[in-house]
Amino acid sequence: MKKLESTLTNMVLVLTAVALISAGLLGVMQQLTKEPIALIEKQTLENGIKKVMLPDGNGTLSVSNEEKVTTDNGEFTVYTAVADGNEIGKAIKTTVTGFSPGLTVLVGFDNDGNIKGYEILKHSETPGLGAKVDNWFQKGQKGDIIGKNPGDAKFKVRKDDGEVDAITASTITSRAFLKAIKAEYDVFMQTKGKKTAKMDGMTGATVKSESK
Amino acid sequence: MNKIQIIVNGIIKENPVFALLLGMCPTLGTTTSAINGLGMGVATMVVLMCSNTVISLIKRLIPDMVRIPSFIVVIATFVTVLEMLMKAYAPALYASLGLFIPLIVVNCIVLGRAESFAAKNSVGDSFCDGIGIGLGFTLALTALGAVREILGSGKIFGFSLWSEDYGILAFVLAPGAFIALAYLIVIVNKLSKKA
Repeated sequence: MKKLESTLTNMVLVLTAVALISAGLLGVMQQLTKEPIALIEKQTLENGIKKVMLPDGNGTLSVSNEEKVTTDNGEFTVYTAVADGNEIGKAIKTTVTGFSPGLTVLVGFDNDGNIKGYEILKHSETPGLGAKVDNWFQKGQKGDIIGKNPGDAKFKVRKDDGEVDAITASTITSRAFLKAIKAEYDVFMQTKGKKTAKMDGMTGATVKSESK
Repeated sequence: MNKIQIIVNGIIKENPVFALLLGMCPTLGTTTSAINGLGMGVATMVVLMCSNTVISLIKRLIPDMVRIPSFIVVIATFVTVLEMLMKAYAPALYASLGLFIPLIVVNCIVLGRAESFAAKNSVGDSFCDGIGIGLGFTLALTALGAVREILGSGKIFGFSLWSEDYGILAFVLAPGAFIALAYLIVIVNKLSKKA
């Protein structure tokens, strides 16, 4: 078969055909893989919540409440974790921009706001540098943040006068990560604060009735 | 040239990194450790095999003047399909290789082989060229990654050889990539000239 001539008609036809076939193929693949991908993401999230709320892996965990919160810092999803009938804290998910966009951080807080664990659900940080974020801040690692309270003023990288060791040569990722956790902590306190406020109101009422 | 020769040619004589000096961006960027280099190499090899085969199949249907955009669309489609398939059916693999996948679209080796080999040779030969160049790329990236990992963090494939404190951090960072690559090219050239 002879090679097609580079006439205008041929070029337009071929390019259109190539683009159409590619687009069709991509559409079909997207449809085919949509469900499995969604399923895997759901599983990753469930495993992640379990991991950040029960780091030692003991006990059963269920999520009693799921709530979406939007603040100036972005969108947050708050999962209330219940183990053996007691509320043991909240896992909060948010997505920020690290060195590249799409750094999704899931953090588990105990009832006092201390970090129980964290999990990076999705990221596109530089391999070998910022990509270390999924391990670097875990328990026993260099930048260990487990058990810390992000309300503390020192919850920053050393460069910013904090006390957390940033990932070597990835200060941008580290800053973004800590900022995400700080923002999640604020949301945690806010959702918790609502309840505390309600309780305070009640106490106030009791005091008032007593004084009468 | 028979098929074996084509494959060997891609690994040694036309090694994309050491001989052709193609694909420098992923070579320097992703080889912070041996396993990262291996991952990038394997992912590129798969795309290279697919794209070479298909481009060789359709080469007569593509008019010369629009061949580059057509090739790029074919390559990009393959990469995206591969990414979606990995995400859906091999999530563990995607977790470790996923970062590299989008980078392959702009890897000039893939386009370079499409243009210089697949557009001129038979389907079988093009497939073998994909394997050969892919293997060559994988070997080069793994070697470079290993050198940088050993010098930079005292590890090889994640196994500790000596304390990380003795590592020269520069080798994990960008300057080390250039230095290590230059020395590797020197060594490979020296060896191949003797042979």
